[in-house]
Amino acid sequence: MTTTDAPQAAPPPTGKRRIGDVVFAGLARSSGLLILLILAGVAAFLIVQAWPSLAANTQNFLTTQEWEANVREDPAFGIAALAFGTVLAATIALVMATPVAIGIALFIVYYAPRRLASLLGYMVDLLAAIPSVVYGLWGIGFLAPQLVPVFESISRYLGWIPLFAGPPSPSGRTLLTASVALAVMILPIITAMSRDVFQQVPQGHREAALAMGATRWEMIRLAVLPFGKSGIVGGAMLGMGRALGETMAVAMILSPSLSISWNVLQSGNQTIAGHIALQYPEATGYGVSALIAAGLVLFAITLIVNMAARYVVARGNKEA
Amino acid sequence: MAKRIDVSGLNVFYGDFKAVEDVSMTIEPRSVTAFIGSSGCGKSTFLRALNRMHEVTPGASAQGKVLLDDLDIYGPDVDPVMVRSEIGMVFQKANPFPTMSIYDNVIAGARLNNSRMSKSQADDLVEESLRGANLWEEVKERLNKPGAGLSGGQQQRLCIARATAVKPSVLLMDEPCSALDPISTLAIEDLIHNMKEDYTIVIVTHNMQQAARVSDRTAFFNLSAPGKPGKLIEMGETNQMFTRPEQKETENYITGRFG
Repeated sequence: MTTTDAPQAAPPPTGKRRIGDVVFAGLARSSGLLILLILAGVAAFLIVQAWPSLAANTQNFLTTQEWEANVREDPAFGIAALAFGTVLAATIALVMATPVAIGIALFIVYYAPRRLASLLGYMVDLLAAIPSVVYGLWGIGFLAPQLVPVFESISRYLGWIPLFAGPPSPSGRTLLTASVALAVMILPIITAMSRDVFQQVPQGHREAALAMGATRWEMIRLAVLPFGKSGIVGGAMLGMGRALGETMAVAMILSPSLSISWNVLQSGNQTIAGHIALQYPEATGYGVSALIAAGLVLFAITLIVNMAARYVVARGNKEA
Repeated sequence: MAKRIDVSGLNVFYGDFKAVEDVSMTIEPRSVTAFIGSSGCGKSTFLRALNRMHEVTPGASAQGKVLLDDLDIYGPDVDPVMVRSEIGMVFQKANPFPTMSIYDNVIAGARLNNSRMSKSQADDLVEESLRGANLWEEVKERLNKPGAGLSGGQQQRLCIARATAVKPSVLLMDEPCSALDPISTLAIEDLIHNMKEDYTIVIVTHNMQQAARVSDRTAFFNLSAPGKPGKLIEMGETNQMFTRPEQKETENYITGRFG
């Protein structure tokens, strides 16, 4: 079967290529390639620099909790405690931030009067513009002391949950405090993504729900949330990516120590990013290389979370 | 059960702009009433004001009286949510919920009012509603497939089934066939004809043959002048409206001699 039986197809356009077109296409293409090169370069740098310490490590890097890397011979260090603290802090932040973000987005799109809505949207975006060192100061100076009594009552009433087993740290500088600060920091991105997708819900779907006697909340449940699911999930995972890598605020709030502890009311946990920031100035011997190995793990975790987010969003777009 | 709608002196506004002016009419139960008129003459706006759907549009408001039998739907204590479960609506573009199966689409509205419905009650209601919409035979083997996978005409009948599953007394249809091919249109028109035994049906249409085929009574809307509000020009038996209209304007419109 032939597909080209059109008699005398027009000759292919062969006109000479205009110089502006060529230049612009070249610029765009090289910018696109540049991003791949940068990514590959970072990954290569991390692997090459991490290799000496990983090769010399006397312990299993993935399962060891200690960090004895600032030596000239026989370093013994591992990522287990740090990776655990990182993922736990980011997950708790996500659990706290996502429902609030969905609520804010729903309020902005479907409940607030128009002027309040745009003001509120602007304020949420402003949250994203606050430097993380400011969040860190806020975390140490305000949040941690304020949370101490809260932690005390949490451990009194919910102490039977391993996460909240006491006794709570008297300084308040715990993983949960860091998670609260992280939750505030990732709130804007989750809100923005949810708000965008809620605004795209076709009017027809919303009216269909209302026309059969749905209240506003029922309309949201029937038409808005199912449509917005992929946007919410995507936003949450981008927020998680941010929470995983966040350094300054976490490093400032958490005291330097290393252990795997489910008890988020006590000090003792640390995250990869915070650990690197705190240790780097004093690193000697295999120390720098070991910290870069930790960075490599963070890079991998963040990459996986971001790719998962893109995948979920893309799949959702295809369905809708 | 089908109910009568009595409208007196209804005005509808979008912000300061008056879109519909001083419409009074009676819509008879167990009959089909067609609204005809050129685009932008306010007939859809007026239709939406009959179940307070216009309130979904920011800034829209209505003045006047609309009685559903004895109930003033604009009364101070009347909940628009309740009004819309009594007066259902079908839209121009078929809008089944895309993430839901055919079954869940049909049952969605009924579940709102009765969340403790048993499985067998729900099954019966789905079958009854789909049969009522002449769709049962076509979809009974694939009730758990997404509603968005049906053809345009089937989707529109699914939307009709969804609207009737709530057991309204009135069904408002806003150009339900304008996006459909002639065969699907015929299926919907047959359906409207059967449904008028149980419901009060109001249909907005641009297609005058359709109005003549399906309706018992016809109302003609027109703008008094460009930029002015739409008005009800004339309403009467469909036969008479299409053969001996009383107003010159109506005659011009239905004979196609219209600007």
